Amino acid sequence: MSHHVVEVRNLGYAYPDGTEALKGVSFRIEHGLAVALVGANGAGKSTLLQHLNGTLMPTTRGEVVIGGTTLTRETAATVRRAVGMVFQDPDDQLFMPTVFEDVAFGPLNAGLPPAEAEERAATALERVGMGHLRNRPPYKLSAGEKRAVAIATALAMSPDVLVMDEPSSNLDPRGRRRLIGLLRSFEHTRIIATHDLELVVEVCSHVFVLDGGALVAEGPTLAVLNDEALMLAHGLECPHILHHLHPHGPA
Amino acid sequence: MGLGGWIEVGRMDELGRLDSPVHRVHAQAKTVTTGLFVVAVMSFARDEVSALTPFFLYPLALMALGKIPPGYLVRKVLMAAPFAIAVGMFNPVFDRQPAFAIGALTVSGGWLSFASILLRFALTVSAAMVLVACTGMHRLCAGLERMGLPRILTVQLLFLYRYVFVVGAEGSRMVRSVELRASLTRALRFRVYGSLVGNLLLRSMARADRIYRAMLARGFDGEIRVLRPARFRLSDLAFVCGWAAFFAAARFWNLAGLLGSLLTKGVS
Repeated sequence: MSHHVVEVRNLGYAYPDGTEALKGVSFRIEHGLAVALVGANGAGKSTLLQHLNGTLMPTTRGEVVIGGTTLTRETAATVRRAVGMVFQDPDDQLFMPTVFEDVAFGPLNAGLPPAEAEERAATALERVGMGHLRNRPPYKLSAGEKRAVAIATALAMSPDVLVMDEPSSNLDPRGRRRLIGLLRSFEHTRIIATHDLELVVEVCSHVFVLDGGALVAEGPTLAVLNDEALMLAHGLECPHILHHLHPHGPA
Repeated sequence: MGLGGWIEVGRMDELGRLDSPVHRVHAQAKTVTTGLFVVAVMSFARDEVSALTPFFLYPLALMALGKIPPGYLVRKVLMAAPFAIAVGMFNPVFDRQPAFAIGALTVSGGWLSFASILLRFALTVSAAMVLVACTGMHRLCAGLERMGLPRILTVQLLFLYRYVFVVGAEGSRMVRSVELRASLTRALRFRVYGSLVGNLLLRSMARADRIYRAMLARGFDGEIRVLRPARFRLSDLAFVCGWAAFFAAARFWNLAGLLGSLLTKGVS
């Protein structure tokens, strides 16, 4: 399948104050792959993610092509329907009075009739194992529950691509373990920006290393993460899981 | 108690989700009725006091049937009271015409109109609070929009309400962090609070921006859609008409006065 390919060509971005956050990044992600975006703080991960659904537009140079559609102001709505975005802080993402209404927010905006939107929301909540929380107000949930519901809000849009910013931050070990299981079970193209390199080993098949706004390395997960010199040079470390086989580790 | 606790927006939200006969009344019916209530209360002469008292039936009945804790409501009304007091506080000073006397105590027109202002304030604010508490801000805004209020206003209202909660939580965290490190003198602390407020504004703006982006990511186009728009039923119409009839009666006859004269007649 080629229609859900995510392609970024020579993407550059400078913030209004002149800080160059991205300096000509290019990559191509085939359908169904799980790709990790790693790099030190300030490497440009979040800026790059924001370009994938048109929150930021490729202004200075380069282009973003999602499933054959080049991202412009005109196509942003279409692209956003194809790209589900899970934000770093679930509190930014959950703003409706109940979990269920929050998950149904996207489908309703997509113009689905209420009955169908409800069905989508119920399915998405079940998919992340949070069906029992449907009538709760989002601000009362635990961090792990919030994260799962935030993922459900993206799933309810039936996206082809899931983009996540630090999905395992603030989770307790059990919540994180559950998240890993969930992420592994998805068939969507997944792009995950994270510092949780152990999670990367378990979930992602490919890794992109970003530093100073440029893509400095890419390749299969084990090859990249095992390259200690590369990792240290870009403010990262080899994950322990590669040194000691973890009891719950990758099969 | 942090800022978030002080504002207690979450509490209001919880109350709005309760299920009661009042909660089940259509949002539009309640909004219209409350509107009529406010108009009726405001249309009295400036020194009217006794004829206003029967109007307390409306907020009290809704509060009782809607399971709204009275203490919570009273706190909310008191929080806004300084404004009403500020509006009316000079009336007793400027208007010293004696209105009537109870024994040796002469009550001036100024005191009467001051009392009237406070009464009206208590009536209208408690009615508005009960309306929100028995409806939930979300349904209320959806109802207002269907009644023809410009969408931009209802969406603003909704988000104002939403952000108060977010900003409140943010503010209380900042206050806590100041207090943890503040073995400061009081004077210095005031200066700190100045920059704290500025900081809070910046943080809130950044947060608002992130929420908006998250909404855009899910296809938000300025319209708030609800899952099951509630139907306007016959009982909703009855709610509006019944209360409207009561307001009209209380507006044109001084029910408290009538009751008083009835009682005195009965005694004599």
